[in-house]
Amino acid sequence: MYVKETRVLPGFGLSLGYTLVYLSLIILIPISAVFIKTFEMTFEEFWSAVASERVVASYKLTFGASLLAAAINVVFGLLLAWGITRYTFPGRKIVDALIDLPFALPTAVAGISLTAIYAKNGWLGQYLEPLGIKIAFGPAGVLVALVFIGLPFVVRTIQPVLEDLDAEYEEAAASLGASRWQAVTRIVIPALLPPLLTGFALAFARAVGEYGSVIFIAGNIPMVSEITPLMIITKLEQYDYRGATAIASVMLVISFLLLLVVNGLQSWSSKRTGRTV
Amino acid sequence: MSAVAIAASPLSGGASRFERNPATRDAGWVKALVLTVGLLFFLIFLLMPLIAVFLEAFRKGADVYFASLIEPDALSAIRLTLIAAAIAVPLNLVFGVSAAWAIAKFNFPGKQFLITLIDLPFSVSPVVAGLIYVLVFGLQGWFGEWLSAHDIKIIFAVPAIVLATVFVTFPFIARELIPLMQAQGRDEEEAAISLGASGLQTFWRVTIPNVKWALLYGVILTNARAMGEFGAVSVVSGHIRGETNTMPLHVEILYNEYQFAAAFAVASLLALLALVTLAVKTYVEWRLAHPTPRETVS
Repeated sequence: MYVKETRVLPGFGLSLGYTLVYLSLIILIPISAVFIKTFEMTFEEFWSAVASERVVASYKLTFGASLLAAAINVVFGLLLAWGITRYTFPGRKIVDALIDLPFALPTAVAGISLTAIYAKNGWLGQYLEPLGIKIAFGPAGVLVALVFIGLPFVVRTIQPVLEDLDAEYEEAAASLGASRWQAVTRIVIPALLPPLLTGFALAFARAVGEYGSVIFIAGNIPMVSEITPLMIITKLEQYDYRGATAIASVMLVISFLLLLVVNGLQSWSSKRTGRTV
Repeated sequence: MSAVAIAASPLSGGASRFERNPATRDAGWVKALVLTVGLLFFLIFLLMPLIAVFLEAFRKGADVYFASLIEPDALSAIRLTLIAAAIAVPLNLVFGVSAAWAIAKFNFPGKQFLITLIDLPFSVSPVVAGLIYVLVFGLQGWFGEWLSAHDIKIIFAVPAIVLATVFVTFPFIARELIPLMQAQGRDEEEAAISLGASGLQTFWRVTIPNVKWALLYGVILTNARAMGEFGAVSVVSGHIRGETNTMPLHVEILYNEYQFAAAFAVASLLALLALVTLAVKTYVEWRLAHPTPRETVS
């Protein structure tokens, strides 16, 4: 990896030095505060904060809804990516551009808008509630918000790979007598597996930490529809800084692990597809 | 680099290259099914929330809409949002360019790890991002006693709002620049240096023109995320009306007070900003895919 070389270009020391100092001041040192403060606690104190009944219920909801939302996005994200890259239809460019909306739209805006749609008297809620489908102010609302924010991650990881996938493989399959269904399921989908998994992991990682879009639509009922980031806020509002820090340390460890998984998937993906995603 | 590939799709009218090729062409009913299900999902999950923002904002008429934008608390929230973005964006711009220069133009051990660390704020929950600054600067925090003894307010005041905004928008410019500058290599810069250009001349005349479009999108995206950040800012702001409320926090307060039209009016400004951001992104991707002859040569 590291080859000793004469550097022609100037500014290596300055740019790397500045990068490391800024990274440390803004990101690393403040984050380390969470762990240092956590280690100041006794184990009992830590455990009672992170494993209380209400917090455990929030883990179940956060991880369950995030997994489900990422899975939904993999299915529909694949269909959308497929439609955008492989077909022509009116408005294709607009659809393509708007896929990134959840990435650019502030989460609080998404939150109140989704609530307006799914509340009892809302755009869709007024038709869904008489059918017994209650979305806003319950766990289903959390799921809807997480599906919203996760979609671009899946579409944008599949899209370039689908775009680059050489038609030759499908041509070979067709000339060897494979049906279109066989070509898609045996050639295209396996080739898309790395980006699908990467997109899933990215959407999941984003969903686990999401706060703004969820709290408006969730209803935030204890034991039922409270997400883990909200538990940190609740502890802070009760001036329970140690409890909040303990839960934050759990979430940070999970973030680190997910980041490692995503990195691993991305390098696997770029090896498989010969491109950097 | 994905941006380049997406914009490069040669689908300009008529059938796509996949549809013209019999081996990659799907049956008509498959296309109809994929598009119907996919677009229905798009319509319900993406388009409807966007449209709802604007329709709800004007539900009580244009008078209420504009009145809720010019009332003092809204103006103060807009001002604070602009201040936070005006500080956070240049800070992260300098960082992004500097990190991209170090990572893309030089080899050093631990480079991949550094890239991972730069991505870190992206996977940290915004709530945790706010909390870390409370732990450092809050009354119970590392510098809390010293700060309060010297009467310096960081938490529940503007400095913490700026810090939280810097944290959540930290990776965006670096992430736009690093892959592009890595792909471009350093041949052009090395040629400039060997022809006698200074380091700064090379940077301004060779590197920056080569990445200007990606840089522009990075700045626009950072700005949009800075102005729209909610969770991290919510933790450190203290929600003092007219003082420490940003636009998204003002939206939350109005919403919780059942002033829905006013909440959506302020939200519509942020949604507009998101649309402008997406428009710039689309334009930048088009520019990257269709370089002008001069850009190809340089």
